[in-house]
Amino acid sequence: MIINHPLLGPRDAQEFVYHGDASLIDRPDANAETALDDFHDYLYLRDNPAGSHKELWFHEQGLRSWLVVTRDTTTQEISLVELASDYAKRRGWDR
Amino acid sequence: MRYSALKVLMEGLRGHTGWKPAWRDPAPQTDYDYVIVGGGGHGLATAHYLAKVYKKARIAVLEKGWIGSGNVGRNTTIIRSNYLLDGNEPLYEFSLKLWEGLEQDLNYNAMVSQRGILNLCHSDAQRDAYRRRGNAMILNGADAELLDETQVREMAPFLDFENARFPIKGGLLQRRGGTVRHDAVAWGYARSADSYGVDIIQNCEVTGFKIEKGAIKGVETSRGYIGAKKVGVAVAGNSSRVMAMAGLRLPIESHVLQAFVSEGLKPVIPGVITFGAGHFYVSQSDKGGLVFGGDIDGYNSYAQRGNLPVVEDVLEGGMALMPMIGRARLLRMWGGLMDMSMDGSPFIDHTPIDGLYFNGGWCYGGFKATPASGYVFAHLLATDTPHETATMLRLDRFRSGAMIDEKGAGAQPNLH
Repeated sequence: MIINHPLLGPRDAQEFVYHGDASLIDRPDANAETALDDFHDYLYLRDNPAGSHKELWFHEQGLRSWLVVTRDTTTQEISLVELASDYAKRRGWDR
Repeated sequence: MRYSALKVLMEGLRGHTGWKPAWRDPAPQTDYDYVIVGGGGHGLATAHYLAKVYKKARIAVLEKGWIGSGNVGRNTTIIRSNYLLDGNEPLYEFSLKLWEGLEQDLNYNAMVSQRGILNLCHSDAQRDAYRRRGNAMILNGADAELLDETQVREMAPFLDFENARFPIKGGLLQRRGGTVRHDAVAWGYARSADSYGVDIIQNCEVTGFKIEKGAIKGVETSRGYIGAKKVGVAVAGNSSRVMAMAGLRLPIESHVLQAFVSEGLKPVIPGVITFGAGHFYVSQSDKGGLVFGGDIDGYNSYAQRGNLPVVEDVLEGGMALMPMIGRARLLRMWGGLMDMSMDGSPFIDHTPIDGLYFNGGWCYGGFKATPASGYVFAHLLATDTPHETATMLRLDRFRSGAMIDEKGAGAQPNLH
């Protein structure tokens, strides 16, 4: 699998470490009334779709940047690669 | 029809004209008492024990393709019960006991071969950990022996004992472990379940659940609606997809695990051998092929094929353990879909929906558990209480904090 890094260009997936569903960026509010349930769902439950999946890859053996990769889990085809910081900012996080 | 040596002899004299199909091909009825979703090893075993042990009737197994087309035909055929934790070991030991009587129970030759499984250790610390594991196994009624280097040398002289980085210091041996002809397990359970009146319905994909007031009423399928009092789902690999149709999210990710077989060779490997310093395990099939595997690829996948970095990693493990494997040619490699649970242990539990039960999250340990998984799932379906060997395999264990982290690796699927 080749991941087309937005800054470095095409890199072998072997340079990266996989960290699962990109929903992990959306950390729940620890002060909310429902925090216990929210964190259980956040930590342990997954949509695990067959098809398009947004997921976190860490460029451990290189730039050490975090990426959000949109990949089809049935064909391994990667349709979009973006920096996790860009993705997070778009979702209203400050970094 | 009962299979026996006499039957084979008689059929030989009659030109083999008397053999009948091993199971029927019935059309689905409008409703059943028990519907099992998934015609793999676990689903078919569930139907068998539900009918034979728990004396239930009006049972159907629904399979979207052909029976045994998933992981029961894609694994590396190993059976063992060398687990550590109380949540796991009783179930796997129960399973190994069922394997020992399986062929008589099913009247089917599943080629159960207890040739032993040897986990190698490479340091003093690892030997201590294996001693602890072996003691835990013995406390749960299993067998375990700690071998020193000399004993391992006698058993497997071809290993790289003098490896500079990972010298072999001994191993934990379970003599009752071994291998089984995996397809025959699916076929044997199917034939036996069918003989007790279970309808095995192939090419019948479940497309939805009918749920009213929090209780299951039946399943929508590609062959029409089928009513059911109780529905058990055993579709590991695709659990999240199927349970999403009932509105449930699971603590599971689907990952791909690759397996490999070499060309046929003369007998060389006495049993199952596992590398203690990397992830590599190998056995030899009755046809002579070296059957081996290693880690999952480590990313979500529903494709039954993997990538080359893991192929390289597995083969490096093989070369480090037994350099002679470099002379063998690889015949085939393939992938299967693993339900990777968050703590590496399975689930056999009721769901929040009345009458809907779930069996999954087997990671890459499902095959060895097939008989016990079917037995305890049948127990749960029949009695609404968990079997004594499966009380801890709960779906809510992450909420309650009662995780079963066999490896002590943490709560993330690609760590297991």
